[in-house]
Parts: sequence; C-alpha cells; structure tokens
Amino acid sequence: MASKTPIKLTVNGQQREVLVHPRELLIHTLREQLGLTGAHIGCETSHCGACTVDLDGASVKSCTVLAMQANGSEVLTVEGLAQGGELHPVQEGFMQEHGLQCGFCTPGMEVRAYRFLQENPDPTDEEIRKGLAGNLCRCTGYQNIIKAVRYAASKLATEKSREMA
Amino acid sequence: MTTVTESQVRADEQQNRGCSRKRKEDPRFIQGKGNYVDDIKLPGMLHGDFVRSPFAHARIKSINKEPALNHPGVHAVLTAEDLKPLNLHWMPTLAGDMQAVLADEKVAFQNQEVAMVIADDRYIAADATELVEVEYEELPVLVDPHHAMDDDAPVIREDIAGKKEGGHGLRLHDNHIFTWEVGDKDATDRVFDEAEVTVKQDLLYPRVHPCPLETCGCVASFDSINGELTVHLTSQAPHVVRTVFSQLSGIAESKVHINSPDIGGGFGNKVGVYPGYVVASVASIVLGRPVKWVEDRIENLSTTAFARDYHMTGELAADSQGRIKALRANVLADHGAFDSCADPRKWPAGFFNICTGSYDIPTAYARVDGVYTNKAPGGVAYRCSFRVTEASYLIERMIDVLAQKLDIDKAEIRRRNFIQPEQFPYSTPLGWEYDSGSYPAALERVLEAVDYEGLRKEQAEKRARGKLMGIGISTFTEVVGAGPSKNCDILGVGMFDSCEVRVHPTGSAIARFGTKSQGQGHETTYAQILGTEIGISSENIQVEEGDTDTAPYGLGTYGSRSTPVGGAAAARAGQKVHAKAKRIAAHLLEVSEDDLEWDVDRFQVKGVPDQAKTMTEVAWAAYNDVPEGMEHGLEAVEYYDPPNLTFPFGAYVCVVDIDRHTGESHIRRFYALDDCGTRINPMIIEGQIHGGLTEGFAVAMGQQLAFDEAGNILGASLMDYFVPTAVETPQWELDYTETPSPHHPIGAKGVAESPHVGSIPCFSNAVVDAFAHQGISHMNMPHDAYRVWRTIHELGLDAD
Ligand code: FES
Ligand code: FES
Repeated sequence: MASKTPIKLTVNGQQREVLVHPRELLIHTLREQLGLTGAHIGCETSHCGACTVDLDGASVKSCTVLAMQANGSEVLTVEGLAQGGELHPVQEGFMQEHGLQCGFCTPGMEVRAYRFLQENPDPTDEEIRKGLAGNLCRCTGYQNIIKAVRYAASKLATEKSREMA
Repeated sequence: MTTVTESQVRADEQQNRGCSRKRKEDPRFIQGKGNYVDDIKLPGMLHGDFVRSPFAHARIKSINKEPALNHPGVHAVLTAEDLKPLNLHWMPTLAGDMQAVLADEKVAFQNQEVAMVIADDRYIAADATELVEVEYEELPVLVDPHHAMDDDAPVIREDIAGKKEGGHGLRLHDNHIFTWEVGDKDATDRVFDEAEVTVKQDLLYPRVHPCPLETCGCVASFDSINGELTVHLTSQAPHVVRTVFSQLSGIAESKVHINSPDIGGGFGNKVGVYPGYVVASVASIVLGRPVKWVEDRIENLSTTAFARDYHMTGELAADSQGRIKALRANVLADHGAFDSCADPRKWPAGFFNICTGSYDIPTAYARVDGVYTNKAPGGVAYRCSFRVTEASYLIERMIDVLAQKLDIDKAEIRRRNFIQPEQFPYSTPLGWEYDSGSYPAALERVLEAVDYEGLRKEQAEKRARGKLMGIGISTFTEVVGAGPSKNCDILGVGMFDSCEVRVHPTGSAIARFGTKSQGQGHETTYAQILGTEIGISSENIQVEEGDTDTAPYGLGTYGSRSTPVGGAAAARAGQKVHAKAKRIAAHLLEVSEDDLEWDVDRFQVKGVPDQAKTMTEVAWAAYNDVPEGMEHGLEAVEYYDPPNLTFPFGAYVCVVDIDRHTGESHIRRFYALDDCGTRINPMIIEGQIHGGLTEGFAVAMGQQLAFDEAGNILGASLMDYFVPTAVETPQWELDYTETPSPHHPIGAKGVAESPHVGSIPCFSNAVVDAFAHQGISHMNMPHDAYRVWRTIHELGLDAD
C-alpha cells in the first residue's frame, strides 16, 4: 500500500498535522486519528449527511472527501460549535425545540444548519427544508429540526443586532 | 402555612410527570459527545469485514483464503469450517429456527455472510475480502413466496429437509415454516355463507427496512486470562443477547458483558443477533485482540432484519347497513431463508390477531403461513409490536373496501362498527382483552378539526373538474407493552421489565433499567416517572441502561414496551421507595404513618403542614437515623410483569392531492390524534409521533425492498431506497385525548409505534380514495409517483 503523507489541517481552530494514506477519507481521519467522533458515518455514499463537516466555509460530506484533498484547509466539526463553554445558538435551538432523538444525525445537521444560516440568515420554513435536504434524520420527522433552525436564526439575528448597537 | 400555590410551585420545579421538560440526554448529543458503538476504540483493536455471496442460491464448492491471508495486515479469515469445531457455525434464532452464522456449504440469499476477514484497519479488511476466492455453483432461485410450496420448488433449507415438525408445529412442505391459526374457522365460514354482503381483497404489504441512521455493529473483546467476553454492540435488547451469547459460547453468563452504549435509532432492526456479532466475538477469542465489525449501509439494507412481506387476503361479511359480522384473513408470510424474526415464542405471526382493529366484530378467523424464500432473513417488528402494522393495514383497508361497496361514507362505516366506551374491557374474537378506549369521541374530534364535511364537498367539486383529491381515514387500535410473561417470552425468558433505584444520602438518585433507549428519551421520561413517585426532581435522577453488568435483567426496548413495562417498573419501584421513606418520616416526626400526608416532595403531619420532612431530609435519615429494626438505605428493585398488554389508539385523517399528469401525491394535510393514556412528557410524545408519521409516510409512499428473478436485491443503498428528506416530509398536525390504562400503575400505554401503525393505512386510504369514484377499491403500496401514474394512465385520466 502507498505510504502515508503528512497533511496540515486547522480543525476547530487548532493546527493539526496528521499522516494519511492517499485514499483515506476525511471522516476516518477525523474520527480515527483526531478522535473527533461527533461526525458519524451513516452511509459512506454521500446520501445521509451524518458525516457533514464544514470545510473552508462550505458544508461537505466528509465520507466522500479524501483527507489529502483537505490539506491546508479549515475544518469545523460539531465539537467546534460551542465557544468558551457557551453553546452555539444552533445547538441551543436543537435542545430547546426537541430537534433530536437518537442524536446520530444531529452533529451533521447542526454543522449544516450552522453554514446554512450564514448563507441565508432569515430563511423561510421552505428554505430551511431545502437547505437541510442533504441530511437525513430517521427519528424526528424534521418538523422540530426546522423549528430549531428557526430558533437559531432569530437568536443569531438578535446577537448580531446587539453587536451592531 | 403551605398553600396550594406553594406546592404547585414546588411541583413545577421538579419537572416531573406531565411536564415537557427538555431532555437530559441532549447536552451530550448536541455537542458530539454521544458514545456510539463505532466511537469505541480499544487498544490493539482489529477490524472485521465480510465476504458476501453475490448469488441468492448457490452451493459453495471451495473457498481459498490464502491470497487474503498473504495480504499484509490480514490476521485471519474465518469461514464456517473454522466455526464448526466450536459449534458456532449455526445459531438459534429468536423465532425457534436455526441460522447459519457463516454460510455452511451453501448460500441461501444474496449478500449472505460467507467469510470474515480480520485485519489491521477497515481499508485492509475491505481490500482482502476481494482476495478470498469462493467458487460457487448456482442453484435455482425461489423469489416468489407464492411458489414456495410448489412440488418442484427448490429446497432452501437442506438442513431441515424432510422434517415434519418445526419450531411452531407441523410443516407442510420443505419450504414451509409454520401455520398459525386463530379464531373460529367454522363459525366464520358460516357467517360468510349467510351474509348479506361480503368483500374480499388481496393486499400486499411489501418488504421494507427499518433503516436506522446508524447501522449495526459491535466491538468484541475477549479477555483470555479471566475468560471474560465483553461485547459493545448496537442492541435494543442487551440482556437477551447476553443470554444467547452465553448459551452459544458456553461462557458463564456472568462472564459475558454486553454493553449497548448510545444507539443511533433501532426501530426493530437492532433486536436480533446477527452473524457479525458472533463472528467478531469468535475472532476476538481466536486472536486474543478486540475486533470491531460495523456494517455499511448496503449490508444493513440487504442483510439485517427486513420487515413485513405479508401477502394478505382480507374478507369482511356485513349486513347491508355496513355492520360487520365477520372477518377472515389469510396470509402468506415471506420470512426469507431463515426464520429469525423477533416475536415472542408463542406468536409466530406476532400480534397479527389484533386484525379486528377498533371494531366490534363478533366472529373472526385468521391464518398465517410462513415460508422460506431466497431472501435475507428477519421479519422484524419495524416500529410496531409484532405484526400489528400488517394487521392494522388489513382492517383499515378492508373497512374502506366495504364502505365503497356499500356506498357508505368512510367515517360513517367506522361509527357504525366501533367498540363503544362502555364495552371495555372488551374481549375480541381473536383473543385479546382491550383495556380501555374511547374511539367514537376521537374520530368525531378529528373530523371536526379538519372540517370533514367541507373536505368531502370540495372533493366532489374537484372530481367534477377532473381533479384527483383523496381523503383517508384511519381509526386504529394498537397493542403494545409486551408483555405478560404468561403469554409472552423471548427464548423462554418472560417479557417482564425492571427498574432498580437507589436514593443517595443527599437526595439524588440513580436508576437502572432492563430496557434500552435508541432515542426515545428514557433518561428523561423514566426520571420524570420516578421523580413524581419518590418526590424528588427529575433533574436529580440519573438513568442508566444498556450495560448488563449494572442494569437489572430486562427484555429491552421494542414494540413500545418501555413506558408500559419499564415505566410501570419505575412507578412501582418509586412507590416502594416512597413507602419506606414514609416509615422513616413517621419515625423522624414521631407520629404514626397514618398521621402523615404527602405533598409533592414532603411528608407532613395531617393538619399541621409546618411539621414536615422533605424527601431530602428523609434520604439523609435513611443513612443515619432509621426506625429500629429497619435496614439502612433507600432503594428498591421492581421486576414488573404486566397483567395485560396496553391498547393505545388513534384517529387520523390525511388529505392528498394527486397530479393527474405525473402521478405525484401532495399530502396537503395530515391530522393525527393519538391516545396513549397518561402522558409523561408531552414534548417527547410529540417528537415520537412526528418520527413515526414520517416513517409511515416513507413506507406508504415510497419504500420497498425489491428483488429480481435471480434474487438480486434491487436498490439496497440510500440512492434507491426511499428515506424522506425534510423536503418530501409533510407537515404534521397533532392532537390527543387521554384514556388511561386501568391496569397500568400510572395509566400509561406507550406511543411510539402508534403513528407508524396508524398512518400507513391512512396514506393508502387517501390515495385509493382519490380514485374511488373511478371504481378503484385498492392499490398496493408503495404509492410512488410512477405506480400512481400507471393507475391514472390505465384509467385514461391523463388524457388531454
Ligand atoms: S456517511 Fe457521509 S453522507 Fe452518509
Ligand atoms: S435523531 Fe435519530 S437520526 Fe436524527
């Protein structure tokens, strides 16, 4: 097998250097090498979104990104959402609105919702549904996930207006 | 003085029964700190991956492991030959059959496990599976269960060929598993012979898959020094798995440790014991290192525990007013190559005999025949208790078929046949005793909420304009809470469940259960039940499940049994603690117990509320100042064996608009009223219902595990198998009534299966109703756009 190559990643704000195989998937690097088991594997075919992470400002399914492709990138996983012991509004939203049951889809959903709200800070329900269509949930039926995203949107908007004031 | 308001404030602070408090499990899940099986990494851990059969039926002529074994990083390749000396190449199923752990001389379904490669990492293991050379000789394949018992049908199970007896009585053919009959056949036939009206309809409930987002997996670790086997695995029933593992391996049950950590959804898929668990454990024993096996999505969909596959014929006999006199049901059940469904032992077709539903049908007879085919084994209770989904589908479809024949409104025919509230407890002709219900009130409330009359008018007007609009109704009765050990057991172990609770000196408590949450929120719900009974806040009660070392024996979580059985155990254990606490309080206050009254979190002297001892004070005293002769401590254990099952029910209405050019269905409204008896946490109940309705929508509108003639599974990935996204999923409207179960300690009935069971016929009834004016009385699921369009096209409704 081809030998390992060192790559550099900034993961949740921290510089990391790891040795990866040329065919190693980013999800495996994150989970197995960096011990970040928040992102999950539900299909390995880009369909379920359980492995969603944020890569240089875009949501990606880390089961279909080679670790080497991510060399030099900034990666944000669910573990990096909370800052200074404070939950991110997206996390708070999921908890307040009962947007999760088994919790397996949740990290991917949250990381996607985080990015989606930057793309569209004031979405309609319809837009939230479309924005989260790449992430499957088998437990919740989505209705409360949509509420959770709405909760986060309004909280983020309030925070922003406070910052501007 | 204590006022009512004051105790109300204290009660609110406790966030106990009836409160929509936020879930205790959420902080870890939302921060990525859940601990699922695939998150477990042990020192020296190896990875297993299966070599699987490309054919549905073939003889294995030879297996050459050498090339795989020579691959760097490969530690072992295990086949049936390797398991044979340990007598582990076959295992008993939960349904009284035997299943090949690794294919023994032949394969009987596509993707059957043939060998496991164990290697340094999952990439190497996957590579090496390609190097195992298996030579197959293809055999004729049996796909259609209707031909399973033909004279010239290929024999699927050579191991039991010629055997006249199976786990459930007589076998009529080499591919026959069992016949299960309930009810009075002769009486039913007589009613049919004399009936004014009869209807008959074939209904196919296709093979579907629970498809939880987390697949199945395990990490097995054998400690050869102490002779102990630890297996972390995705199980809804860890204690039963431990019993099976002990029986299989011969290791004392006390030295087998099963741990089910956080589970990413189960829905019935994670009840059974799968070959992967067994082979990974053997590999760990053989290699002396931990072995992880986690299946991928294709393996999950194609080999682990499918559901349904019931080929049913329903018949109703009635008078001209639509009063039903008898029901007859004949079912052919396709169980695949091994009968490994997880039903209680005496119920080979599960609780299918609930098929008389919510209706007062005096006479009934049902017969189910199980057969083998070249498909994956299983037949699990997918989000239902043991075939109640199939049963409800049958009756809820049939009552519509009858209504249509008699030209009676579909709500009206239900009204005419409902079991009335005063008839409870109600004995059905197929052997159940329903505990409580209020069916007419539930239906009327729903009809009013959706303006049923208005909808029917709108429909008539739309039909006149050539538009397709359907209104579906479903008024179902569920049967959950398995179960009384007098009639329900798994492998001979009665289906009780358990709670062990210990209140610490400072007044917080730990409680452990024999059930296992897969997302249902047990840590919160159980704490709320216990909190109310004991008089402490749910916040201060830590709930644990899944670790067989610490949790009391219980039968696990499926079939909505957690609240009806585990919840009852919690209530009773809480009451035991409460009773002891009362004796301690009486001692502390130096009064007799009879002089005490309870107020939320404290015992107070009757008429003198200032003289009181809070539960926190009592807890402390339990460890330093107890009445003479009393044991210290404040704890209790309860193994609750329910006297009966519980019977939640509901009334649903679905409104669908269908595009007559594309066949696409748009669910315009779905109104669901559920009655699950006493409600513990309304927020969690709502979430469970949303989830169940969404899974019901998926089954009715798009899911099917299909096979071609050669037994190739068509569409075993999420690319082809329909799992709805947020875009397709309809908006749900919920409502409830509350009819407590009279025999449950706190009246709770269980809820999570109801929306699945109740919604599927409701969707179907709505789609079929859109074509009722064209004389269509039934269409088989799934009602995807193509199939609906075909009906439209055949009827010529897409012309112009
Ligand atoms: S695991 Fe990556 S999308 Fe499913
Ligand atoms: S919460 Fe279980 S898959 Fe979404």
